[in-house]
Amino acid sequence: MGLEVHLQLATQSKIFSGSATTFGAAPNEQADAVDLGMPGMLPVLNEEAVRYAVKFGLGIGARIGERSVFDRKNYFYPDLPKGYQVSQFFAPIVCEGVFEVPLEDGTLFPIRITRAHLEEDAGKSVHDAFSQETGIDLNRAGTPLLEIVTEPDFRSAEQAVAYLKALHSLVTYLGISDGNMAEGSMRCDINISLREKGADALGTRTEIKNVNSFRFVERAIHSEYERQADILESGGSITQETRLYDAEQNVTRSMRSKEVANDYRYFPEPDLLPIVIDAEYIEAVRATLPELPGAKRARFIADYGLNDYDAALLVPNHALADYFESVVTAGGAAKPAANWILGDLAAALNRNETDITDSLISAAQLAGLIVRIEDGTLSSKLAKQVFDGLWAGEGDADQIIEARGLKQVSDSGALESMVDAVIAENPDQVAQYLAADEAKQKKLSGFFVGQIMKASKGQANPQMVNELLLKKLNDQS
Amino acid sequence: MSVSPQDVEKVALLARLAISESDLPEVTERFGRVLGLVDELNTIDTETVVPMSNPHDMHQRLRPDAVTRQNDRENLMASAPAQDQGYFLVPKVID
Repeated sequence: MGLEVHLQLATQSKIFSGSATTFGAAPNEQADAVDLGMPGMLPVLNEEAVRYAVKFGLGIGARIGERSVFDRKNYFYPDLPKGYQVSQFFAPIVCEGVFEVPLEDGTLFPIRITRAHLEEDAGKSVHDAFSQETGIDLNRAGTPLLEIVTEPDFRSAEQAVAYLKALHSLVTYLGISDGNMAEGSMRCDINISLREKGADALGTRTEIKNVNSFRFVERAIHSEYERQADILESGGSITQETRLYDAEQNVTRSMRSKEVANDYRYFPEPDLLPIVIDAEYIEAVRATLPELPGAKRARFIADYGLNDYDAALLVPNHALADYFESVVTAGGAAKPAANWILGDLAAALNRNETDITDSLISAAQLAGLIVRIEDGTLSSKLAKQVFDGLWAGEGDADQIIEARGLKQVSDSGALESMVDAVIAENPDQVAQYLAADEAKQKKLSGFFVGQIMKASKGQANPQMVNELLLKKLNDQS
Repeated sequence: MSVSPQDVEKVALLARLAISESDLPEVTERFGRVLGLVDELNTIDTETVVPMSNPHDMHQRLRPDAVTRQNDRENLMASAPAQDQGYFLVPKVID
């Protein structure tokens, strides 16, 4: 399999016109004469689109085309008013590179990037709103796209999804796209072909167009694999064609209407001159690159002692990684910080259908909670109560401990009298305990611990209770 | 390079041009003459010539990323043959 990703670049205006690119505007309110393909209109290239493309190229260590050229890709479709799409065919802005994709086990899986080129998005066709006609909305026409093409390096749906997730993380770190798949900011075409066991050559491929979620990519690949395998095993042959994935039926379907049009007759776009990029420009862009996910993952593991699993969950989301680092900077120990963020905090964010940027608990507040666990003020049970207090906006950890009276009792005198009282109140259980063998004793001691914790309203330091209890029980014999 | 009437029909279909049966022989002949000229150009040795994608010896000027166009839908749609609820309407497209 090879993948082609169409990435909408996060520019304010379109690639060749000054129209806005905001998603969700009323139909055709963000399309000017250039986007509509009115006769005589000339494109003027957006500098930010060029910079974003170069940023991407540097992000994957690819060669930047020093002289890239726009071409016309000719086909007729109502949402493409000019009758051609301005794209780059012969000389793309980003040339070959290698993208290292982290797999679940922490290993890196290299995917060869063939190229990435700039082009304009098409408009949208609305088929179901009108009974006799198709509606055309050209707001999306002219939105800058970066089409990222890989070599056929994928052997499984899992690898394809891992690549897409890593790519999503990279482009959001670079700030070149919002990566919002539901709004079409990142769309994936899958080229898939089967190969006979032991054979070198890949079979005839089909292309599945415009899959827009990680889950659908995985399901579309499985479904198309099954379809091709069935045909080949029953002695048939695969037709090279474009297919669409139908998520409701979980099948791919042939897109017959585009078959004849698969001859795009590319030629250089005479309305645009070559883009010339010199070394100075490349170095200036390179200087603006942030720390990228791969480097951050390695640093989190080396500097904070996180394991691959925690790093793999924290790093892909830039805001989450920043939050983690803020907690650590504010004094929270790294491993507990990761646990709280990926555990209770993630659950709370989920329940509230929000994300880390809108967390009701600040990084400093979470750090304050972790400090009080580490210094023994809070047991893990009390810590959960403080966490709930933080989420409810009751102040910082120390204020909540004070207000709710949640301090863990670690005063040995106070604990001792609690232990004495429980032993005195339960002579039968004490007798049972003393008669039992060692394995059974361990189990029975749980009863006393439970009673003591109850008496202390959960505030007794469980470790100290355990030690005191065992000593006192053994003194009874 | 010789061109068959089928080649011409395919190119015409891709370009959405209607060529009548009676015009086809003449168009095919002319089409062949144009390609003959290209064949002639192809005999020139260009090994040492840098490919030219544009006759101007310049490179692309860029514009700042700023929204300079406001909604002008009413004007721009005024000449559309059919429209409804802000959409351009075209004959039903079935995929």
